Amino acid sequence: MSESLLRVDGIQTFYGPIQAVRGVSLDVAPGQIVTVLGANGAGKTTVLRTISGVLDPEHGQILFEGRNIASMPPDQVMKLGICHVPEGRETFPFLTVKENLMMGAYTRRDTAGINQDLELCYEYFPRLKERQHQRAGLLSGGEQQMMAISRALMGRPKLLLLDEPSLGLSPLLVQQIFGIIKRINQEQGVAILLVEQNAHIALKTAHFGYVLEVGRIVTADPCETLMQRADIQEFYLGQKEAGVRGQRRWKRKRLWQ
Amino acid sequence: MEDAARLLQLVVNGAAAGCIYGLIALGFVLIYKATEMVNFAQGDIMMLGGFLAFSLIAHWGLNYWVGALLAIVITAAFGYALDAVVLRRVIGQPQFAVVMLTLGLGFIFRAGAGITWGYDSVGFATPFTNKTVNLGGLVLGQDNVSIIVGTVILCGVLFTFFSKTRVGVAMQAASQNQLAAYYMGIPVRNIFSLIWAISAGVAAVAGILLSPVSMIDVNMGFLGIKAFAAAVIGGFGSIPGSLIGGVIVGIVEQLAGYYLPAGFQEVTSNVVLLAMLILRPQGLFAERMGKRV
Repeated sequence: MSESLLRVDGIQTFYGPIQAVRGVSLDVAPGQIVTVLGANGAGKTTVLRTISGVLDPEHGQILFEGRNIASMPPDQVMKLGICHVPEGRETFPFLTVKENLMMGAYTRRDTAGINQDLELCYEYFPRLKERQHQRAGLLSGGEQQMMAISRALMGRPKLLLLDEPSLGLSPLLVQQIFGIIKRINQEQGVAILLVEQNAHIALKTAHFGYVLEVGRIVTADPCETLMQRADIQEFYLGQKEAGVRGQRRWKRKRLWQ
Repeated sequence: MEDAARLLQLVVNGAAAGCIYGLIALGFVLIYKATEMVNFAQGDIMMLGGFLAFSLIAHWGLNYWVGALLAIVITAAFGYALDAVVLRRVIGQPQFAVVMLTLGLGFIFRAGAGITWGYDSVGFATPFTNKTVNLGGLVLGQDNVSIIVGTVILCGVLFTFFSKTRVGVAMQAASQNQLAAYYMGIPVRNIFSLIWAISAGVAAVAGILLSPVSMIDVNMGFLGIKAFAAAVIGGFGSIPGSLIGGVIVGIVEQLAGYYLPAGFQEVTSNVVLLAMLILRPQGLFAERMGKRV
């Protein structure tokens, strides 16, 4: 990871007086899938929002292709090639699916390229093509998630920020969506920063993982290594050694604390 | 027969007045949908548009169409600047602050117009003044017909703009989900200012269309109160609703003026509003899906 696409360097972000991110640093190399794991309220979403410019960090730098984007507004950040698939989909409910997707390409002028990408999205998610003239508000949760990912792809991102794509989806649909995420990464070469609570699938999909706890990065390793670690297995993958229930719950501390 | 013709004439006149209410209501609704602000100065912006057209046409001697177009463009630019300089700053403040601010702006506009153009009523010659059209025995003033036709054309243009153009769809998108619009790289602040520009431009159109029917004066902006009723009747937040609400208020008002004792005409818009709030508080065309939180 010598040349990184995105380098987040010690950012601290506040919601009013409350500090949500306490100095997070992470790197995303071109073409890499990086995942950030963490429990509720660990600050995962805040990290993504800070990167995409909705929140400004009080301290720290965010370098994208060597440029500091820490204080840029979100529409400028998007123009540089960072597309954000927000938590909870955030569709335009009264626009049709196709109009939603076209909004993803708002900043682009190349009609031929846009149509090509539209077909690409329909190929990844054929369901969207069937529903293209329906209002987005009428789609199911899974379809909305497909649409949100496609809408971000329409901006031809260099880096895709995915915030909890598994939220509220059935296990089967989660498998399907993560399959497509992997394909997008391989076929389009898009780097992906993935925030997930479903650590199992995130570690299987990503190349490199960070673990975030109460606003701090507590561990960083390639995903294969993370999957083998006992603490990760216990606290994020929910695997337990047989017969040590009491000990597991009360006695053992997390290694990094 | 006589009665039927009379009634029809009243309905047309009412519809014409209603179109004006509808256009102002449209301005309320556009801004409300986008920014959740209610612009109580909307009627006064219409007044400014009317006075501008008066200056350009009667003072500077411009051709009616050129003068009208120029007045609309200037008013729209004024609307853009108003948002970019003043109103953008109160986004996120309590609703009350916005109400006070726009009411205050209305006072400033009225005072400014009074200083600039005086407190007398003025008018200017239009191609529609004091002319009539004869539609199968029904004699109608061209001024009223021009209001209705103008409103229909304007609505067609706006509809096409909002549903077909890239910026128009982006305006809808930014109104529906501001955060997502930012993520798409849509410059939301500029889009909102553009919506203010459109609202101001529509208000100017209303002022200009109204000028052959009633004179332009500093207090014509109080029509905005009736337009507000129209917007609520239409289900604040619905564009067709605001126009239909306007037409309903206009027609009821005309009929009340003719058939009921003097004085009733002035209160009918509020009576219709109260009836609406009791019978169907969400308005005629409430949006079926609420905003997701």
